[in-house]
Amino acid sequence: MMNENFEPKIIGFMCKWCTYAAADLAGVSRLQYPPNIVPIRLMCSGGLEPSFILKALQEGADGVFIGGCHFGDCHYQTGNYQTNKRIAILQKLLEEMGIDKRRVRLEWISAAEGTKFARTIKEFVEDIKKLGPNPLKKEA
Amino acid sequence: MAKPKVALYWCASCGGCEEAVVDLAEDILKVVDAVDIILWPVAMDFKYKDIEAMPDKSILVSFINGSVRNSEQEHIVKLLRQKSQLVVAFGACAHLGGIPGLANVANRKEIFETAYKLTHTTVNPNNVYPQPVTEIPQGKLTLPEFYDTVKSLDQTIDVDYYLPGCAPPPDLIMKGVLTLLSGNLPPKGTVIASEKSLCETCPRNKTKPDKMVIKEIKRIHEVIADPEKCFLAEGIICVGPATRGGCGERCINANIPCRGCFGPTKEVIDQGAKFLSALASIIDANTEEEAKKITEQIIDPIGLFYMYSLPTSILRRKQGV
Ligand code: SF4
Ligand code: SF4
Ligand code: SF4
Repeated sequence: MMNENFEPKIIGFMCKWCTYAAADLAGVSRLQYPPNIVPIRLMCSGGLEPSFILKALQEGADGVFIGGCHFGDCHYQTGNYQTNKRIAILQKLLEEMGIDKRRVRLEWISAAEGTKFARTIKEFVEDIKKLGPNPLKKEA
Repeated sequence: MAKPKVALYWCASCGGCEEAVVDLAEDILKVVDAVDIILWPVAMDFKYKDIEAMPDKSILVSFINGSVRNSEQEHIVKLLRQKSQLVVAFGACAHLGGIPGLANVANRKEIFETAYKLTHTTVNPNNVYPQPVTEIPQGKLTLPEFYDTVKSLDQTIDVDYYLPGCAPPPDLIMKGVLTLLSGNLPPKGTVIASEKSLCETCPRNKTKPDKMVIKEIKRIHEVIADPEKCFLAEGIICVGPATRGGCGERCINANIPCRGCFGPTKEVIDQGAKFLSALASIIDANTEEEAKKITEQIIDPIGLFYMYSLPTSILRRKQGV
């Protein structure tokens, strides 16, 4: 059952050097993408504790987006490699917890890829609309 | 002067925590000399109505083990809270939800179906399940209501102190009891154990290489673990880095990796997420495919990361059941 009026709330954790800069670029380039994402800037995606993602879901976020630099481009050398492994394990845990792993999406988006950023967020919002509201969402 | 009154109670418990009290051996005599035990269902005969008749806060301390999973347990722990000055969550089940808390991957309906129908030793052709109230010609029969979700003690009542462990080791129990009797109370919320992680006192810590890298995850029953080397460095999951120390490395000394029964260290709210992070950092995988491949070797992440702490984790239970 899909609610036509459902506007997903998405928390975005994005690294300062790549994906957050890409979001800025998307902004200054006036690219259109849905306003469902609440961005949080991190120094590095590798600094993102898995518990923050769980907390966002527990508080009712319909999706969590994590953006980091492409492999080899991390400002701190290996942060994004850590993110990659953590999210892989976290997604496996989420599946066992009965939460669709597609609610957590990891993408590598460089500072130059404003269009990829806008396209990815558009796609993610559509995917979350299909999944429907987070089952953990508390009644308003 | 009258001896201080002490209550011991069990909720959803395996009895191991009761056994741990008995395991105090001669030390238990010191305790029994010093206090007046007014409730201990496993060992002595008492009536709940006698507790109900006591003035509020007339019990010095109630030690409560087991997690809370039905209405009777909820009722009694609330009663004990009202009648006690101090409440101690005794053991991993009361502290974190414990092993019974793993039932939070299911709900009452699924659990009843398994326990009262599907197991091979059950014959139940009329699908009779426990009911809170059953009417019979002679009157009403009642049973406690079984809840969908298992809770830790502090998710049900206010808790003053925690004695961690499955079960708590005798030296910590004695330390806890003597501290409380001394009247020199630690800050509320104290977990009576170490403030450091298990790894810090683990005798195998020194065998860890400078840079730990594991290429595969081995399960403890599939390998013969080296009795000297750090389990994690050998690719065997050991929750030591995300677990509070103070148990005396009981499992490690028996050549078994830690499963986390002492719960997380002070700063950590979610033991499983903390461990997940630590584990990910030592895995050798540089592409998405490699990460997926080694992740497949982690069988049952809930059972491994939250063996004792699912009810007190951020997500608390499996969703959608
Ligand atoms: S903490 Fe361990 S020993 Fe104590 S009741 Fe729970 S399962 Fe049993
Ligand atoms: S990971 Fe386990 S075996 Fe290794 S040092 Fe920590 S507690 Fe000891
Ligand atoms: S080694 Fe770990 S699981 Fe074993 S008693 Fe100590 S804290 Fe508990």
